[in-house]
Amino acid sequence: MQCQICNKNEATIHLTEISSGTRTEMHLCENCAAEQNITVKSHIPINELLSGLLSVQPTDEEIAGPTLEHLTCPNCGFTLAQFRKEGVLGCPYDYEVFESVLQPLIEKAHDGKKSHCGKIPASTPIDAKKQMEIMSLRRQLDDAVRSEDYELAAVLRDKINQNEKQQTN
Amino acid sequence: MELNNISNNINEWFDGSGPLCDIVISSRIRLARNLAGHKFLSRCSNIEKAEILEKLKSAIMALDIGDEISYISIDKATSLNRNLLVERHLISRHHALGKGPRGVVISNRELFTAMINEEDHLRIQVLKAGCQLAYCLEQINKIDDMIEKKVRYAFSPRLGYLTACPTNLGTGIRISVMLHLPALKMTNQIEKFFNAARDMNLTVRGLYGEGTEAASDLYQLSNQVSLGVKESDIVRKFESSVIPEVVEYENAARKELLSKQPDVLDDKISRALALLQNAHLISSQEALFLLSHLRLGINMHDYMGASTPAIKKLHDLCGQGQTRQISIATINKLFMLTLPAHLQINYGKPLEPNDRDILRAKIIRSALNQETQSS
Ligand SMILES: [Zn+2]
Ligand SMILES: [Zn+2]
Repeated sequence: MQCQICNKNEATIHLTEISSGTRTEMHLCENCAAEQNITVKSHIPINELLSGLLSVQPTDEEIAGPTLEHLTCPNCGFTLAQFRKEGVLGCPYDYEVFESVLQPLIEKAHDGKKSHCGKIPASTPIDAKKQMEIMSLRRQLDDAVRSEDYELAAVLRDKINQNEKQQTN
Repeated sequence: MELNNISNNINEWFDGSGPLCDIVISSRIRLARNLAGHKFLSRCSNIEKAEILEKLKSAIMALDIGDEISYISIDKATSLNRNLLVERHLISRHHALGKGPRGVVISNRELFTAMINEEDHLRIQVLKAGCQLAYCLEQINKIDDMIEKKVRYAFSPRLGYLTACPTNLGTGIRISVMLHLPALKMTNQIEKFFNAARDMNLTVRGLYGEGTEAASDLYQLSNQVSLGVKESDIVRKFESSVIPEVVEYENAARKELLSKQPDVLDDKISRALALLQNAHLISSQEALFLLSHLRLGINMHDYMGASTPAIKKLHDLCGQGQTRQISIATINKLFMLTLPAHLQINYGKPLEPNDRDILRAKIIRSALNQETQSS
């Protein structure tokens, strides 16, 4: 996103102002914000971040549309409404499902940084598809235990173990 | 590990030793990790939580980290024991108040802990007295590598270690130092410190006390950004610029007090000593506040050679060399052992607030007066 004043630099400061019921948003780069005498608290609590980003009636085309509010993670059943309420995600896959909403929030929380740099696990991470499979099996296992179908639960548990073993080999 | 055995002494990282220990009490690094193939905890049933707990507990308990380790179940612990662990910084308040199967692995020397099923599946931390972040990073990296051989972490090449809250994403690292900044407070400069920290993308939290302006004058300074920066670069920034700047700032304030306002300084130290030696009822807040001033007086003598009348009197009370009776470790011990959960566990049963205030005053009085008689 470009700075609204200079139209040159990347906007890293996002302001929301509500006056007499209308919401205006400003996206500025650090230089222009400094010139406007806008001081920004650099530590923004997660709740503030969330209400700033998520309670906005979608005006941006990229996050607009009714689909987003109803978007549900196929893995864990997580929705944006829940994120807004709890401030934590439901499963690792949510970072992909809700990427368009999370990306600006992540950049804001991490001083404009977008991607990881630093330690990497020595073993290659399990690929996303496989993770989804295991998590779906686990969901079925939960249901089986809840309905006291212990035979099915045992079968599912074996499948999960098998899947995980394949991964660690 | 029996909690009754640790509750009558301070942790090793709180004994007032280590580099820059007159201002930097301790260093701490924690890493947030989650298992691949599991949901984050907010979406986990108790069955899945128990499964995660078992996996991580067995992986960690099998490690050789060079110190004996024990596991404590937090869901089964009494609330007094949970509070004891919070007071010792071995678990977070969040973990104490959490729900469902969860626990903590603690090393005997209390320099390593692993919270299982806190906000993330796993949060490991390494602590050390004084300014020793590079050492903490080396240790925690080794432990993290060992755990990683046994389990699979949720990791994305683009976003790094995936955490329940996006604010911990990337390296999952939080670097914290506990600082004692009484002179900045006395000279009304603590707000400046808050602002400077904010400008550097750091977070300040007051410790042991309500609100940001901690009664104890102890503050925790932490990094806020965990994505897109290397672990070692954050540590280097802390050790080469952040910490030296704060230390210089606090030292300048101490010197300023000494040269421009020695009576203000002496008044604080004398009052603290008189009250602590004579009070019969003392709240935890008041004790933290007054003990902070004694710590300042002792450190100003030992590290700056200050010898105002009150500092000299305090120093005589402390004794020196082989016969030293009161050290920073003594002050820290009085500080920690008179916190509510420590007080009650060491007493052997729960106490009403008023009775705690009586017992606290008694413990402090006897520690600070007995020394006078014997010297
Ligand atoms: Zn601009
Ligand atoms: Zn999900």
